[in-house]
Amino acid sequence: MAEVEETLKRIQAHKGVIGTIVVNAEGIPIRTTLDSSTTVQYAGLLHQLTMKARSTVRDIDPQNDLTFLRIRSKKHEIMVAPDKEYLLIVIQNPSE
Amino acid sequence: MEIVYVYTKKRSEFGRQCNFSDKPAELHVDILPDPSLTDNFIDRDPCDVAIQCTQEMSEHEVNTERFDCEPCGINHVEGGWPKDVNSQEMEQTIRYRKKVEKDENYVNTLMQLGSHMEHCIRQNNTIDIYQEYFEEEEIVEEMEGQPSAKTVNVFRDPNEVKRTATSLSWHPDGSCKLAVAYSSMEFQKVTKDMSYDSYIWDLENTNKPEMTLKPVSPLVCLEYNPKDSHILIGGSYNGQIAYWDTRKGSQPVEMSAVEHSHRDPVYKVIWLQSKTGTDSFSASTDGQVLWWDIRKMSEPTERLVLDPSKKGNLDNALGAFSLEFETTMPTKFMVGTEQGVVVSCNRKAKTPAEKIVCTYSGHYGPIYALQRNPFFPKNFLTVADWTARIWSEDIRDSSIMWTKYHMAYLSDGCWSPARPSVFFTVKMDGTLDIWDFLFKQNDPTLSLKVCDEALYSLRVQDNGRFLGCGSQLGTATLLEISSGLCTLQKNEKALATAMFERETKREKILEACHREMRLKERSRSEQSKEDEAKDGEAEESAEELVACAEREFYEVVEAEMKKRGKDDKKEKEKYEGKDGCKEKES
Repeated sequence: MAEVEETLKRIQAHKGVIGTIVVNAEGIPIRTTLDSSTTVQYAGLLHQLTMKARSTVRDIDPQNDLTFLRIRSKKHEIMVAPDKEYLLIVIQNPSE
Repeated sequence: MEIVYVYTKKRSEFGRQCNFSDKPAELHVDILPDPSLTDNFIDRDPCDVAIQCTQEMSEHEVNTERFDCEPCGINHVEGGWPKDVNSQEMEQTIRYRKKVEKDENYVNTLMQLGSHMEHCIRQNNTIDIYQEYFEEEEIVEEMEGQPSAKTVNVFRDPNEVKRTATSLSWHPDGSCKLAVAYSSMEFQKVTKDMSYDSYIWDLENTNKPEMTLKPVSPLVCLEYNPKDSHILIGGSYNGQIAYWDTRKGSQPVEMSAVEHSHRDPVYKVIWLQSKTGTDSFSASTDGQVLWWDIRKMSEPTERLVLDPSKKGNLDNALGAFSLEFETTMPTKFMVGTEQGVVVSCNRKAKTPAEKIVCTYSGHYGPIYALQRNPFFPKNFLTVADWTARIWSEDIRDSSIMWTKYHMAYLSDGCWSPARPSVFFTVKMDGTLDIWDFLFKQNDPTLSLKVCDEALYSLRVQDNGRFLGCGSQLGTATLLEISSGLCTLQKNEKALATAMFERETKREKILEACHREMRLKERSRSEQSKEDEAKDGEAEESAEELVACAEREFYEVVEAEMKKRGKDDKKEKEKYEGKDGCKEKES
């Protein structure tokens, strides 16, 4: 339990990180550092996108699986680390 | 009932059975080729034979039926919570979350994901993978070979009875909206069910106009206020001016009083540059140019009668068809008239007589469009009858450059705001011409057929890339032109300046020559008049001139014929000579 806290705190402390969200398989945000409405939006949208990305990868090669998803936009980068049951989402503003 | 016929024959009567046997080949007939027959034929060498080996295909066009769609939004609500947890209750959700966090699987997963994530975060922070390495080097844009234009969108008049799209105006900020004025320009063709509405279209949505403007009488011209993008001013068919505020709805906020408005349709209304941003002026074929302040529309602030004799006589006045106003020269403005004359006026003149500064004549028909070049305000473009002409302010008698006479009437034109040498014209046969006089002077650089019906109006957006044209059936077409025609080329300003100066100088020289000739003629005729002191009546000298001209003409014709006769004779002699030579040789 404490390690989890420590890990999340460390991630949040990195340079440029705007927010961290942990989402479970149903799309419910478990842990978040952003405000509730933004969290709900990110959780819902990214959950679906990750599902889609994963199914795409597996469609092309069934032995393959999605390990990481990075969306780079004009303003920041959204990184999603997927797992069977949970989703770790970090929004970071890259070096520039 | 069965029809049966029985046929009996004895076997012995059948005849002998076939008995085949082998025999060697026997030549029965042998027809040998007869070479004398070849005389009836001529050998053809070589023979041309056309063969084609392709698949047979047929062409078929399909267009789906239009369907109306409407955009609508969705509201997201939080969900996914299990049935026993009420998402609104803070306590329950917190309890649920805490429960999840205690799960061992959660802990393990998160540790693993966390380390992975940290790696990527650190990666991001170390190096910027999208860094531009050679940003300082200028990207040299190559000229894509052909200038081109393509239709982006088409906005059709939603009413049953189609009216002409007589005027277009782009929204001043960002140009995402286009205001189009619809009216029927044909005399007495207005039917009872013809709607008076004009529309503001959003460029993305071609199905339905964004806003409707409902005037009392159809609008002939419509302009957005460049200072306040919610205000539009429109001139209507019955001569009134009205202005709208898009925040206040479809009805005009105020209309000018009928007694003080124009007596003919208002063909052009333009906003003026003023501190309050509420001044505008309008022109109509009744011969007046009126100035308005939209805060007080009951009567115009100023009036000018376009009387070339400068007496303010309305009967003598020229009907105005187009107006021109350049914000960099706020005291001057120009009016294009029905009679083909451009009148240049000064707003700040003390007396009405001084208001009209000078006139430029040279067109044969009403001047539909008049605009100064945005880069060279001393030169302006007029579009009328079958030509478009470019004038210089200094030369009064003729234009410095003109296009050839086209087959169809030109109905509108304007300069490109991005390039000084490019201008656009539209014609009554539905074509849009894009002219670039630094590239080609005889013909348009690009000529596009936009639609089958006549095009009546044209407006270029401020970035020079998009333009809208309105047609007779109320269709406003939005076109995008290729970047070559809307990006400033290197040296273009210098070349355009040089061209304008050259043409202006040429015209000046011609004008000077003409003046000299006229002076000579006048002095000669004056001398001859003094000689014939008694017969000094204007009419008789005119008749004499006519007779003189006829005589000269016939003399010239006869001289030509004689010359031709001599030439023919010479030709004949040449041939005879040649034949003679041949005969001598052979």
